[in-house]
Amino acid sequence: MKRTPLFDIHLRLGARMVEFGGYELPVQYTSILEEHHAVREAAGLFDVSHMGQIEFEGPDAIRAADGLFSRNLAGLEPGRVQYGLLCNENGGVVDDITCYRVAEQSAFWCVNASNIAKDWRWVLDHLESSSGVRNTSDETGLLALQGPASTAILTKVGSADAGALRGFRFARMEVAGCPALVSRTGYTGAGGFEIYLSNGDLPKVFETLLAEGAPLGLQPAGLGARDTLRLEAALPLYGCELDEETSPLAAGLERFLDLEAGAFIGADAILRDRDAGLESRLVGFALQERGVARAGCPVALEGKTIGRVTSGGPSPTLGKSIGLAYVPTEVSEPGSRFQVVVRERALQASVVETPFV
Amino acid sequence: MDFEIPDELHYSKDDEWILLEDDSVTIGVTDFAQQQLGDIVYVELPSVGDPVVVGEAFGVIESVKAVSDLLAPISGQVVAINKNLADQPEIINEECYGTGWIIKIKPSDADALDSLLDADSYRKIVSKRSA
Repeated sequence: MKRTPLFDIHLRLGARMVEFGGYELPVQYTSILEEHHAVREAAGLFDVSHMGQIEFEGPDAIRAADGLFSRNLAGLEPGRVQYGLLCNENGGVVDDITCYRVAEQSAFWCVNASNIAKDWRWVLDHLESSSGVRNTSDETGLLALQGPASTAILTKVGSADAGALRGFRFARMEVAGCPALVSRTGYTGAGGFEIYLSNGDLPKVFETLLAEGAPLGLQPAGLGARDTLRLEAALPLYGCELDEETSPLAAGLERFLDLEAGAFIGADAILRDRDAGLESRLVGFALQERGVARAGCPVALEGKTIGRVTSGGPSPTLGKSIGLAYVPTEVSEPGSRFQVVVRERALQASVVETPFV
Repeated sequence: MDFEIPDELHYSKDDEWILLEDDSVTIGVTDFAQQQLGDIVYVELPSVGDPVVVGEAFGVIESVKAVSDLLAPISGQVVAINKNLADQPEIINEECYGTGWIIKIKPSDADALDSLLDADSYRKIVSKRSA
């Protein structure tokens, strides 16, 4: 297992470590619920350095990236970041990523840790020359500062006005005296920032943020809380809601697709899927009785299996179990009822609006 | 890591504690177990009157990320369940030896109690596993 430069600090903070995406990372420091509530009520700081980065320099590389990314990279202004997809020729999902336009001839992607090798291969296979692209995953550190107190905390340690940075924009600034690229993005639905750093600067920035943020309620937070938070925000996780066989239309991600014939790899297949109509859709549901829905649980209606839970668990904010599942479009409207089968018991569930909080 | 292991209780290798009373025994999970599990979010319990069989699951305890069986340390019949766990499963994290008790069993075989671990034996097991 690989380790981020913050490994020793995590241990010193009492973190329990787990394997994720080939990395040894904290699942929790104190308690998943406590860290989750801290993010919703104040702020949490996550080490997400395991995620990958691929850089594109020069017109050929930018053009190639545009041909793979589901949104209009060519038209994306410097200083803006977009969430979008990489798709395969069959219209399934290779990865879900964020794409940063740094300058006219410079962009980078932030990709899921579990897909770094695959995405890198995907880029190289679609380029004439590899001279304009670099896989900088191993050199790049990444922290996520999330929660309502994030702006106040970053203002204390940043060289620029963090409050001036609007959603899906980014800027270079110093954080704790170290050069950083800071974007107003995140994976929690709680608002906040993602902070790109060099590996060497990670310990200083992480510890300074924790020290300066503690009076404002900042706590270090691990992968356990990251997952409960993103589930409450109804954000997909690659490998659960998204994979090579899954249509982004079924996943409800049509607004992240610049759907024009030939606009990106997979666009044509997705257009055909759209014309054919969707048979199933990703929905958010809440259990109406006690129990916990988990990934893999069958979804049933009148005794027949009609779908499967892709992500599920307790919602710390709502105090009940929530989840995401692909179900037939006929039962995908909010208020639709079905059962989620947990250990052979059929628990009543209803489709609810997402995000859950 | 520090684990509370009260001397007056008995223990099973499955990290349960057993309090011997006149006609029944009270069962819960140990401090080591609740720390390993993390935040408890749901407990599935048998009904009063149900039989339990030594070594077999009598219920389920769920944390945020995981599901674990609760294994019966002895055979017998359920005479009481902790109803507070329905709405407040986190009591087990807060007070696993007190208000976090899980079920009471009337043992079917008094001799089975002899095979339970004492506090010192359980302490040795835990220190090996947490090393």
